[in-house]
Amino acid sequence: MNEAANEPPIDRPPVTADVAPQTHIGRLTIETAALRAYTMVFALIAIWLYFHYKTGGVFLSARNFSNLMLQTSVTGVLAVGMLMVIVAGQIDLSVGSVVGLVGGIAALSQGYGLVPSLASAILMGLLIGAIQGSLVAYANIPAFIVTLGGLLAWRGVILGISQGKTVPVTIPAFRSIGQQFVAKEIGIGLAVVAVAIVVWLNLRSNAARRRYGLQAASAGKLMMQILLPSTVIIAFIYVLNSYAGVPIPVIILLAVALAGAFLTQNTTFGRYLYAIGGNPDAARLSGINIRQHILAVFSIMGALAGVASLIYTARVASASPDAGNLLELDAIAACVIGGTSLMGGRGTVFGACLGALIMASLDNGMSLRNVEPYVQLIVKGAVLVAAVGFDMLGRKKG
Amino acid sequence: MRAQDSPPLLEMRDITKLFPGVRALDGVTFDLYAGEIHALVGENGAGKSTLMKILGGVYPYPDYGGEIRIKGETQRFNGVRAAESAGIAVVFQELSLVKDMTVGENIFLGREPRRFGVVRWDELYGRAQQLLDDLHLQIDPRSPVRNLGIGQQQLVEIAKALSQDARILILDEPTAALTDAEVETLVRILNKLRERGVGMVYISHKLEEVFRLSDRITVLRDGRTVGTEATTALDEPRVIARMVGREVGDIFPKPQHEPGASAFEVREMTVEDPNVAGKLLVDRVSFSVRRGEVLGVAGLMGAGRSDLLMAIFGAHAGRVTGEVLVEGRSVRIKSPAEAIRHGIGFVTEDRKRFGLILDQTILNNMTLASLPHVSGRFVTNADAEAAAGERASRDLRIKANNVFTIAGTLSGGNQQKVVLAKWLLTKPRVLFLDEPTRGIDVGAKQEIYAQINALAREGLAIVLVSSELPEVLGLSDRVIVLHEGRITGEFTRKQATPEAVMSCATGHAKRAASP
Repeated sequence: MNEAANEPPIDRPPVTADVAPQTHIGRLTIETAALRAYTMVFALIAIWLYFHYKTGGVFLSARNFSNLMLQTSVTGVLAVGMLMVIVAGQIDLSVGSVVGLVGGIAALSQGYGLVPSLASAILMGLLIGAIQGSLVAYANIPAFIVTLGGLLAWRGVILGISQGKTVPVTIPAFRSIGQQFVAKEIGIGLAVVAVAIVVWLNLRSNAARRRYGLQAASAGKLMMQILLPSTVIIAFIYVLNSYAGVPIPVIILLAVALAGAFLTQNTTFGRYLYAIGGNPDAARLSGINIRQHILAVFSIMGALAGVASLIYTARVASASPDAGNLLELDAIAACVIGGTSLMGGRGTVFGACLGALIMASLDNGMSLRNVEPYVQLIVKGAVLVAAVGFDMLGRKKG
Repeated sequence: MRAQDSPPLLEMRDITKLFPGVRALDGVTFDLYAGEIHALVGENGAGKSTLMKILGGVYPYPDYGGEIRIKGETQRFNGVRAAESAGIAVVFQELSLVKDMTVGENIFLGREPRRFGVVRWDELYGRAQQLLDDLHLQIDPRSPVRNLGIGQQQLVEIAKALSQDARILILDEPTAALTDAEVETLVRILNKLRERGVGMVYISHKLEEVFRLSDRITVLRDGRTVGTEATTALDEPRVIARMVGREVGDIFPKPQHEPGASAFEVREMTVEDPNVAGKLLVDRVSFSVRRGEVLGVAGLMGAGRSDLLMAIFGAHAGRVTGEVLVEGRSVRIKSPAEAIRHGIGFVTEDRKRFGLILDQTILNNMTLASLPHVSGRFVTNADAEAAAGERASRDLRIKANNVFTIAGTLSGGNQQKVVLAKWLLTKPRVLFLDEPTRGIDVGAKQEIYAQINALAREGLAIVLVSSELPEVLGLSDRVIVLHEGRITGEFTRKQATPEAVMSCATGHAKRAASP
């Protein structure tokens, strides 16, 4: 920045380092935040290559990749909601039970037709979220307690209204939400639109940076920033299309993730969530209504639990009373692996989705290799703790 | 002063302590004899607490420069425990009791009498009872600390310190929360300890007490020792002169503000302590500020200055009564959001706790209070926001690579400018500044001062709270002085001498001057 020329001549002690936290690897200097994202991507690639090699080329086959994406979608949708909850410094332990409950309600209300059935799930999720959110925000009960109560109570409710029975999904359109694929042409269309958006966003932000006198990306860097995501998008669609097309749950996840990313990064609402999680005192004194935002974020989480329950129920074509068990922990783990701080104020939707993908990859890969279920649990637990451990190590040094 | 024939119990030599950008202590020398009460006085920020934190092991060796000797032996405390075992006990300003434990448990916390790792409760409570009896305190060792008043808690702290067989007892503002009767109890206890040969460091803003209790007085100013003398050789005016005695005005531009119409007024503001029912933090305070005027609010720590501002801003947890008028119209403010809407900006004290989100960017911090205006009602406009941030950053000369630098990595002065920018972006009509230059270097201070004067010139009404007397006197057109929640003096710029203001602030010479 250019210092004003008419600065008063004062003796000033040297300015302390005014730069973003950086990490040094050999001669390389990377912004710590970016380094975290790269590490996650590399971890994912390593996991993929390992399983691909160990399964004799099955893991990254088009068919299995499609499966992997399907498996990611439920956790992913929940992780997007959970990310917002955690960023605001809260936690929601009830989402697994909510998925079970509202999935059951959707299945039981199929008699009223497709739309009422689907809408009831999402509205019920929203309502549950709003109830829990108001208990946290207005009755000052800690979120951990409210949602731990929810975890037990909502599971009890679905056991009660289903009388312990599994309800089959009979409406074909309902089932297709979890089982169908979109036409390959639509997939290609999506890829084209997505690449166009990547190009446009990059050019726009570069122009903006130039306008504010910030250093704009070099041509090479700009190329990279456009080419890399575009390649990923095209490869993604290509692989899915070479099997059966993009699964509908994946489309839903992408839509939810995009909406979540927009909400967290491009709205005042999102900014306030980070502020509340980062420093509630400062947020309150800046005129932010903390209670309203906490209520809203739990409501969103509830509605997304509704969406996830529809995918889940449709995929297995039935609603069993124990559906969604432990899903809340998968969602939290996905956020944490994706670099979200449980203290609040830090984390991205992208990271949470990547975390969900890593968790699903471990599940899928180990199942393909017929790893014993008990070992799978141990591995997942160890990965979760290790991910946060590495993050902490990196932060201490940085 | 019989004890002073023997060598001193404690010697601190050339103690120096640096904080980022600030030299908190600069070659301070301090000693203490057995059986004496040595008072340590000075303005807020003079370095008293820092000095005692070094002695108490809170800032361990080698985080400071200089030497500490106890009975002639050099000590290098690596933590609080090391200082404790050397016989030093500290009763800090902030109470350090665990509220949900009993009095006895607190006294012996971490040192419970044990056999095979099992706590011997009877012995613990027996010893606690004995200790309390010794001090003539009518406190049940089995009652939870939460049930005690603040004053009694303070006395329990002292009992705790004594249970460690302390030879050196440090009391940091011990009477701040005590009632008159409790102060008498404390005085009795301290006199008794003096007879027992305990050396005591007594930090207080209340000079009356200092003169009543102490044998010697050391005055600190700006991190340096001004002098140590026997209490009998001093009197209050001389101590006050030493506390404030520096050339005021050098670094303050002397602007002539032309105060305009009344911008802001509060009437009969009363603020109750949220934790202690019936205790008033602010008692019927009224004042007004005009456009282009800087009103200084002087007073010592705990006088209720911040509580007053927080209450006006709708951010106080306790009961608040009184009337607030913005530009002549009575307004009801129940939350910071409403205060902001009525054109009040509030640069809060303690920027790390109340002002900034340290791990977010400068820009995010700057625009937090004005996001809907500078960016967008719901969808943010990154371009417009960055432009507003860049402009503010340039206006305030924030030194950073760009507005996307993380706020936590900035120096204190630059952080403070970010907080100031945050509130200026809300386009306030009245700006509260609470300790706007706490803990920042001299250069940054001057820039903030210049900024305050510029803002007043532009017609902003400013209420300035500061513990640094020269700052209040140098910047304000008018000064009110608070002591224990009440206005004890009001001065025009010409009348406001450091001595007059300080004596109102210490509650000694209450001389309510006419406005």
